[in-house]
Amino acid sequence: MGYYILRRLLSAIPVVFGLTIIVFLIMAMIPGDPALAILGAYATPENIARINRELGLDKSLVEQYAIWLGNLLQGDFGRSYSLNRPVIDEVLERFSATLILAGSALLICSLLGLLAGIVSAVRQFGWADRLITFTVLIGISTPSFWLGLLLILLFAVTWQLLPASGMYAIYGGGDLPDLLLHLILPACTLSVVATGVIARLTRSAMLEVLRQDYIRTARAKGLDERRVIYRHAFRAALVSVIPVIGIQAGFVLGGAVYIETVFQWPGIGGMLVKAIATRDLLLVQGGVLVVATSYVLFNLLADVAQSLLDPRLKS
Amino acid sequence: MQALLNKIRSLGAIGLFAAALATALAAPWGSAAAQTPPNVLVVGQIAEPKSLDPHTVTAVNDFRILMNVYEGLVRYADGTLQVEPALAESWSISDDGLSYTFKLRAGVKFHDGSALDAAAVKFNFDRMLDESHPFHDTGPFPLSFFFSAIDGVAAPDAGTVVFTLKEPYAPFLSNLAYPTGLIVSPAAVREHGAEFGRNPSGTGPFRFAEWQSNAKVVVVRNDDYWGAAPSLEALIFRPITDANTRVAEMLSGGLDLMVEVPPDNVAQFAADDAFTVYEQAGPHVWFLILNAKEGPMADKRVRQAVNYAIDKRALVDNVLQGTAAVAAGPTPPAFAWAYNESLQPYPHDPDKARELIAAAGHEGAELTFYVTEGGSGMLDPVPMGAAIQADLAAVGLQVEIETYEWNTFLGKVNPGLEGKADMAEMAWMTNDPDTLPYLALRTDAWPDKGGFNSGYYSNPEVDELLEAARRSTDQAERARLYKEMQTIVRDDAPWAFIANWKQNAVSGARVEGFKLQPSFFLLLGGVTKQ
Repeated sequence: MGYYILRRLLSAIPVVFGLTIIVFLIMAMIPGDPALAILGAYATPENIARINRELGLDKSLVEQYAIWLGNLLQGDFGRSYSLNRPVIDEVLERFSATLILAGSALLICSLLGLLAGIVSAVRQFGWADRLITFTVLIGISTPSFWLGLLLILLFAVTWQLLPASGMYAIYGGGDLPDLLLHLILPACTLSVVATGVIARLTRSAMLEVLRQDYIRTARAKGLDERRVIYRHAFRAALVSVIPVIGIQAGFVLGGAVYIETVFQWPGIGGMLVKAIATRDLLLVQGGVLVVATSYVLFNLLADVAQSLLDPRLKS
Repeated sequence: MQALLNKIRSLGAIGLFAAALATALAAPWGSAAAQTPPNVLVVGQIAEPKSLDPHTVTAVNDFRILMNVYEGLVRYADGTLQVEPALAESWSISDDGLSYTFKLRAGVKFHDGSALDAAAVKFNFDRMLDESHPFHDTGPFPLSFFFSAIDGVAAPDAGTVVFTLKEPYAPFLSNLAYPTGLIVSPAAVREHGAEFGRNPSGTGPFRFAEWQSNAKVVVVRNDDYWGAAPSLEALIFRPITDANTRVAEMLSGGLDLMVEVPPDNVAQFAADDAFTVYEQAGPHVWFLILNAKEGPMADKRVRQAVNYAIDKRALVDNVLQGTAAVAAGPTPPAFAWAYNESLQPYPHDPDKARELIAAAGHEGAELTFYVTEGGSGMLDPVPMGAAIQADLAAVGLQVEIETYEWNTFLGKVNPGLEGKADMAEMAWMTNDPDTLPYLALRTDAWPDKGGFNSGYYSNPEVDELLEAARRSTDQAERARLYKEMQTIVRDDAPWAFIANWKQNAVSGARVEGFKLQPSFFLLLGGVTKQ
């Protein structure tokens, strides 16, 4: 197992660096350059040349990438020119905020999704199943940024129960209850779609398993129904649901971009959007590196969990 | 397996517990969270500031914080764009317009305790302009060309600063009043180097306290301020990039003041007694660059026809919902001293437009129109572009729109429209009546000469007037020259003059003494809050 994980990790390195090369090229290809973004209306050729010289952007692309890579290997992510601070500081700060948000959303959608899926399958075509299937359909079809705004209007503006935006109170606060309070709306909004997907999948996986012979055998043996469902059926169904949760982790990270904007959550999604708009190459590279690495790790984690649950996959 | 299930159950229990905890806390906390603290003003900003080093930034959003922390040698007098003394008590200009001598206010200290003296002022300009200065690498300084006319700065004694210019340059004083002219503490720059932008020190009514990335910038009252100390204890600037979220925060009481209210929400705030809405026209002009070099627009009559054909009133009232005024010429009325009051906007007259197009023989001409998705000062460029397209179609001009993202757009427009387009949207916000026409209307400002005259307008008379106005140090004389220039340019119609943006803001009922400035700067020293 240890060897497998190590091999997966090593094989991720070229993937991640290949990605940084692609991002580097895309950033070089899209029109407009950082000097233009900095100078805006004042971007004369003369001013652009001056800024490019000072930012080291007058060098060739290969040279620029080599310099970036060389610095990176020494642990230096460079300095963001749109934020005027070290890239690593910004990326880590932002990424931990995203992890908190995406992690909570993932927790919510896994718990609710699995639970809803199980109930739905066990009570197939009953009222609970109908209700859950209908709710899931609505949840999957609702644009999450719109839902976010709606929740803000309800909970922050109308009822004034929860803060409208941000991660901590602007005055005082800054502790765990304050964070949880700010987390409720964005985490719930972010988890809606993934909850729906997981619930649907769990339902169909459970239905399939429940039709198996060994379930009938278990029931025939006179086993307690609870035990049949959780011990026999759910465990088997979980094997096919886990990789989906892994994939949903990726979607949740991606979806965080919108949710972070709506709720002003200081995460990495909003940072990347702004970094691309200002052509802040080093910041984009740093952000992509961290997000891509975490993507790989999430999927690895899902695979490991799956093989732990399903001994057949171990070999 | 049972273990895993137990784990899942206990996780569920933790989740439930967390949710319950949060809900329990929500009731007493919710109302507290929605109320901003007394005597502290919470301001909703449109973005995270880039830096609090005034020489390294270009965005109005950053200026809004900086103008409360720093001061320049001069500043704009309240409610105008005319300069008055600030850190300099007085100044004199040599007759040849080449030498500016400033007497500094005595006893002023930076927030870090170091003294504001002539050497400190010299340090500021040397850092920006001299590439061999030991702290030049704390840049880049994108707007340092505002001071490119400076030949040298001298500090003959602690209270006197002398600027020598390479050539007479009348906008020099108003450039000193611009954020790029704000004076930073040399001691703090030496201490923090490239990190000065996060550890700022100036002389203003508020001093820097805290910057929590992507959450807030806090500045507190400077009790040693040389002028009248503010009554507010602190200002908190919150970056909220999404306009809808900003509005929601304002409505829920999480902000005391917000700027750049979306037009859709202005009426909502105005109708509510709990809020006060502010409006102020600024030194902004929104226009269409017309390609005077080739195609139908090379004919002055077609350019005038475009000006007649566009229903500017409808654009301003319907698309912009009253957040702008109709523009009459190239200079915004906010430059009251230099604005030609007798100038009238081109009336909306489609018949006249058709007549002019027919006389020029360009009926049914096909035109390419560059539109941007959005950008600094561009207001609502896509619907505005569409409305303009419809107005021009009504007089028989077939306009094809090409839409680009802002940086791409600038990359296409700034090098000139030749061979690409007949017209392009553009907007400028400036601090001196010299800037825009000098950079965008002179023959020597064609793109190949490094200027912004992307439509290749050329009129020797205008060139001469602008050069003369720049050399003159007499404001009345400059005003006369600018007014004459406006009359000629309005008639030549190198641009379609559309709108002057009115900046807006909204405050909660507890805020008093706030007003917007024509400079678009946010000055909060005189604001009180119950």
